[in-house]
Amino acid sequence: MKKSAGYKRIITWLKANQKKPFEFQLEAWEHYLNGYSGLVNAPTGFGKTFSLFLAVVIEGLNQSKKQKGLQLIWITPLRSLAKDIARAMREVLTELDLDWQVGVRNGDTSATEKLQQKKAMPEVLLITPESLHLLLAQKGSSLLFKNLKCIVADEWHELLGSKRGVMVELAISRIKGIQRANGLLHLRVWGISATIGNIDEALRVIEPDPTVKKIIIRANLKKKIEIKSILPDEIEALPWAGHLGLKLAHKLLPIIEKSKTTLIFINTRGQAEIWYQHLLNIEPELAGRIAIHHGSIDYELRNWIEDSLHNGLLKAVIATSSLDLGVDFKPVDTVIQIGSPKGVARFLQRAGRSGHSPGETSKIYFMPTHALELVEAAAIKEAAKTENIESREPFVMIFDTLVQYLVTLAVGDGFDDQIIYEEVKNTHAFELILPEEWIWLMQFITSGGNSLTAYNEFKKVEKDETDGLWKVKSRQIAMRHRLHIGTIVSDAMLKVKFISGGYIGMIEEYFISKLKAGDSFTLAGRILEFIQIKEMTVMVRRSKQKKAISPSWLGGRLPLSSNLGAVLRKKYNEVLHKNHQEEELDIVHPLFLVQQERSHVPQSDELLIEMINNKEGFHLFAYPFEGRLVHEILAALVAYRLSKLLPITFSIAMNDYGFELLSDTEIPMDDAIAYEVFSPKNLAEDITLSINSTEMARRKFRDIACISGLVFQGYPGKYVSNKHLQSSAGLFFDVFNDFDQHNLLLRQAYEEVFYQQLEEPRLAAALQRIQQSNIVITYPKRFTPLSFPIKVDSLRANMSSEELEQRIERMKKEVFK
Amino acid sequence: MKITIREEELILAKERAVYFIHRELLAISDFHIGKAAHFRKAGLPVPATTAQSDLQRLSSLLTQYQPKTLLINGDMFHSDHNQEIDDFGKWKENFPSIDLVLVKGNHDKQDEKLYQELGIQLHDPSYCTDKFCFIHEAFKCKEKNLYPISGHIHPGIAIYNNAKQRLKFPCFYFGEAYGILPAFSTFTGLSLIKAKSNEQVFAITPNKVIKV
Repeated sequence: MKKSAGYKRIITWLKANQKKPFEFQLEAWEHYLNGYSGLVNAPTGFGKTFSLFLAVVIEGLNQSKKQKGLQLIWITPLRSLAKDIARAMREVLTELDLDWQVGVRNGDTSATEKLQQKKAMPEVLLITPESLHLLLAQKGSSLLFKNLKCIVADEWHELLGSKRGVMVELAISRIKGIQRANGLLHLRVWGISATIGNIDEALRVIEPDPTVKKIIIRANLKKKIEIKSILPDEIEALPWAGHLGLKLAHKLLPIIEKSKTTLIFINTRGQAEIWYQHLLNIEPELAGRIAIHHGSIDYELRNWIEDSLHNGLLKAVIATSSLDLGVDFKPVDTVIQIGSPKGVARFLQRAGRSGHSPGETSKIYFMPTHALELVEAAAIKEAAKTENIESREPFVMIFDTLVQYLVTLAVGDGFDDQIIYEEVKNTHAFELILPEEWIWLMQFITSGGNSLTAYNEFKKVEKDETDGLWKVKSRQIAMRHRLHIGTIVSDAMLKVKFISGGYIGMIEEYFISKLKAGDSFTLAGRILEFIQIKEMTVMVRRSKQKKAISPSWLGGRLPLSSNLGAVLRKKYNEVLHKNHQEEELDIVHPLFLVQQERSHVPQSDELLIEMINNKEGFHLFAYPFEGRLVHEILAALVAYRLSKLLPITFSIAMNDYGFELLSDTEIPMDDAIAYEVFSPKNLAEDITLSINSTEMARRKFRDIACISGLVFQGYPGKYVSNKHLQSSAGLFFDVFNDFDQHNLLLRQAYEEVFYQQLEEPRLAAALQRIQQSNIVITYPKRFTPLSFPIKVDSLRANMSSEELEQRIERMKKEVFK
Repeated sequence: MKITIREEELILAKERAVYFIHRELLAISDFHIGKAAHFRKAGLPVPATTAQSDLQRLSSLLTQYQPKTLLINGDMFHSDHNQEIDDFGKWKENFPSIDLVLVKGNHDKQDEKLYQELGIQLHDPSYCTDKFCFIHEAFKCKEKNLYPISGHIHPGIAIYNNAKQRLKFPCFYFGEAYGILPAFSTFTGLSLIKAKSNEQVFAITPNKVIKV
């Protein structure tokens, strides 16, 4: 490589800028040019983009004549990333005098630009997984990839543990297939990933072919991180649960003041809106110097905020995960995390948003919103120190995404089922697919379902007799499909627009449906007065009111990772014994005294069960500290086993620390019963039965129905008439349960509960641990610091072993008494 | 379950129908025949067994109550003509002596000819007796002295208790001003209604009808 013309050009150019390549960059270039695929593992801010982009450029410069057409596909998970990376790439290309175009293609790209790209594809294309599939849904798309040299999946760790990762796997399998059919063998596939627990597996997922040369390149560069908790002066200042931490807001002001630019991360969009208003209220001088950034804010506005961040015009930006990933905002020198980040990897990633340049220290402040989060802060600090970083489990056998992909191909140039079967079988996600499952999938998209169930007059994908390929012929079905490609399921979204013109952002239909004309709400940090809904757009004007309700976007809640859970259990031990050096734990000490006085503080070899009886009914609280997802299953399991003892109905709630069973009749409990219901015996069987009798699978099916195209959710802001085709996922779930039990999508719903949520080994391990530990049952008179946060949680499920009619009779009496 | 409305005895059947004993009239609403097939034509796989099970349920109702008249209170056919409408034609041959009355609903936009062929008496906007006005949407009723019985909204009722538990069922509703019948088709959603204390709501569970 070192003798090649391209390499020399790059080195000369770097020298002129007084730079030289990092060791890992050289290593990546070398391997790329030698035909390797692989994974680059580097922290943000160390030129990971250039480790691969310049490799492709060197190869381009080495060719004597100009390479035409698409050379490099760069997949990014976030739209905001694409713009900044494109800007950096264009700068380099101009300075190197290489005549390549860089194009961006995602949900924000204008129709004119897309049309232009169709005429002449840029050499470098930055694209989201969804838009890549949309590209495959275009007629003539198979001609685009003839000269493609490399596909890079940026922030691969972020995509890996989601259905979007499966979309990337499928798209890559198709592009490889197209190249193979043309006798081309020069495609290399690379991922760029932050450090995760399963980095080898991450490489195997993106390039599953064992015959391909592969390598993981690690940048052995340590990023220095400084973590500081923002502590209340006294513990009483912090609520036990259910608050946003606004009481401590004044403590942020000096931090913002002394920093150049601060990024403030908040977990949900609704809370971000509230915080923005609150900061302005307590410090009016910040007006015009702070901004709010989240996924539901209009593209133009987000652009402006990002530009202002680059230029250092803003003192602080309040953001959700929309600014999580590696965009490089140079002026940012401080990050504040409000509320639990729920995982070590996410926290470190956010910390990395400050002090972006090599050698600089990242500074992050953690601000708890309720008392127990202080313990989480201590746990995170320890996990960060010991680099106890989570794995991202790749999704497998995701039939909804596969159904969508097959229809995508049928909408595009059509597909040959034998060829595609082989391609799909060679992806990591579907390596275990059985021939009969494939047959079912083909039947599902061509005739509606297997032949045992009548699906007459079904029309979707048909065989084109002239070329033997499977295609979608109906233009309407094709259009509907294109509009809903993707695996991110959200409620129907409406655009919000000023009556005088100008878009502000997006809001859920559900929220707006509860407003009357004249009501005010906040969006993008502005207080708006709702006027009317017109052509699927919410018309508003500026409101004169000072206060307004903030919308809640129904996003998924993040569960605590298992790594953090384990460290957390340990920290609980340390609080009472005072054998620690952490200031967070000192502050929280009085709260643990209250817990000890009313009930008990569980040690790591104990399981605490609290039985509380009040006017709501009979509560059972248990605290295994295994994270929300495991608790959901565990709660269902315990509820199921208790309900075998007598007819009883429970409502179930949980958080990351424990779960609650609530009943209007007395819950039987003693030591013997406790060990029995937490026993690992008959685990698999009892879990299956308990999942079946709760609504967990039904809830999973909601996403599956959208992704597989059963329910059309519309596209944000785009109005599509779906006359006489309205239905809900729940309806399909019932219909399939009643009439088509062999439906693979139905099976997927149950399996998603089982495999993704359940983490059976983790559950079995937890139950083993509980068997060996001491079960402590207490009967507190009042709610305890541990139970209260669960009690106020609003997400609930039901479990019952009573006759339906009996339940109604009893509930009726309560309602009307 | 037997109830009395305007001094007339009715039977509310868990099969989502109401039988007017003295008139020998069985009333259902929102049949939505052809909805599943309409979905299939648009590429959404809904098993045809949903429609078949609806027809079976209606057969057993007709065998049990032996009514002279079957009244469909609107939205008999879901959308354009398809196979399931033909299936209904064939099914109807099993009950040649029954009078079929359709009160026109917002979905009923078939050709006049089709209704004639199937022997359906079409009433627009309502079918009135001495006490009742059968009409698809209650608020459109102009008959001041009659009690409107409507459909259209696919009513459902949710029951809650203190322990934060909730149950949801299709239901019959009989208020001071009007009544609403449940949707006969099982391939329909529910729109939840709230009832005041002077209004009667009957939840339909898999095994029986229960007053709530």
